[in-house]
Amino acid sequence: MALATREVIGILTDNLRLRGSVLPVPARRATRWAREFGLPRGGERVLYTGTMYHIVPYTERLVRLQQRLGSSRLAGLVPLARRLNRLVNGMPLVARPTSEERSEYERVPANVAQLLLRAGVEFGYLYEDDLYTGVLAYDLGAEDVVAAHAKRIAGIFYKYGVREVITIDPHTTTMLRSVFPRFVEGYDVSVRSYLEVLAERGLPVEAPLAGDVVVHDSCVYARYEDVIEPPRQLLAAAGLQVHEPANSRTMTWCCGGPAEALYPEKAAAVAAQRVGQLREAANGVQSECVTMCPICLVNLRKAADGTMAFRDISEYLLEAAKARS
Amino acid sequence: MTTLVGPELAGELRRLGTFDAEVCMNCGICTATCPLGIDVLPRQVMRFGLLGLDDEVRRHEETVFSCLLCRACEASCPAGVHITGNIRVLRRWLLEKEAV
Ligand code: SF4
Ligand code: SF4
Repeated sequence: MALATREVIGILTDNLRLRGSVLPVPARRATRWAREFGLPRGGERVLYTGTMYHIVPYTERLVRLQQRLGSSRLAGLVPLARRLNRLVNGMPLVARPTSEERSEYERVPANVAQLLLRAGVEFGYLYEDDLYTGVLAYDLGAEDVVAAHAKRIAGIFYKYGVREVITIDPHTTTMLRSVFPRFVEGYDVSVRSYLEVLAERGLPVEAPLAGDVVVHDSCVYARYEDVIEPPRQLLAAAGLQVHEPANSRTMTWCCGGPAEALYPEKAAAVAAQRVGQLREAANGVQSECVTMCPICLVNLRKAADGTMAFRDISEYLLEAAKARS
Repeated sequence: MTTLVGPELAGELRRLGTFDAEVCMNCGICTATCPLGIDVLPRQVMRFGLLGLDDEVRRHEETVFSCLLCRACEASCPAGVHITGNIRVLRRWLLEKEAV
């Protein structure tokens, strides 16, 4: 196995084992969004972020660093980096996104909380116990580490009496809903994406939007979790005209993101193909593209390089749900 | 060049998880659908595992780890092969061999 591949996977799994996340974001930063809501700690139903939206700006910084160093120099550095990282959390030292880079992602959990509250859904939050699910380590094949981590999270649910979880991104949804039951005996937690919850409740619309959007389905929502109609229903309820790209719904085209940690060039090539399809769907209409996953958002935006605008679905929904002042 | 084919690798893979590459009819639709456009992905790398070609699996490590696990191939596969499940098993095998 190529040295860099082995050591990069090693760093990610070491972090999950030692610090509860492949890329540990300080808990204070990951939970700050919740301050304004005064959410109860735990309870039967919780909003669970898995810190996915918080992690993405950091991974983005790491990928940029990787690209700057080049694969050959990187291959020489990662074994040492892995040894050091075991002793101290190296991420804040090498990957420091600016507050501007972070703010759009950090806003999403707050957007979702506001939407749910406006729809009359009551929920708690686990604060520093709202842990990353280990999805990247799972995808890279490190099942033993992830199995232990799944048990830890299930223990947290048990401790706080959580029976129902509302998620905000596709990767956390599939881990908690479809993967954890394989690792944790007696796992009995109902898991739904906020898009499913809101579609069922109905989006409270106070200020309908007008305009066109192209929708980009996340592979995980569309092909792992069958979350296809809810985002369309909600965008339509918000007043938007939804356009479908050539590859859509169960045939959606990946944003390339899952290859990013190990092979950024391959990820960029797939993202560029997808951007071409999205731009084509937007042809003739002034249209932005709606994403529903932080990984899709960062990868597509980077590939589009300013030629198309991308925004998270929660931004549109909240704009429609809030009365304009 | 002599290529040795043996059942041991498939056995090892099945111990790591569900590996159903034998269901594959070799039609190639998956490869045609895959956004990565790598000719051995996913059909042939699964076959290397099935045929016990350890060295071929190792040689194609980058391909195995490049897979996006996006399931576009599975959505088109006429035989219902659990392609991403098989890729995950190949990854686990590679990691185990390397004691990461
Ligand atoms: S599409 Fe399915 S049956 Fe056809 S080659 Fe791929 S895995 Fe085999
Ligand atoms: S899951 Fe892997 S092999 Fe299948 S289409 Fe996606 S990238 Fe290609």
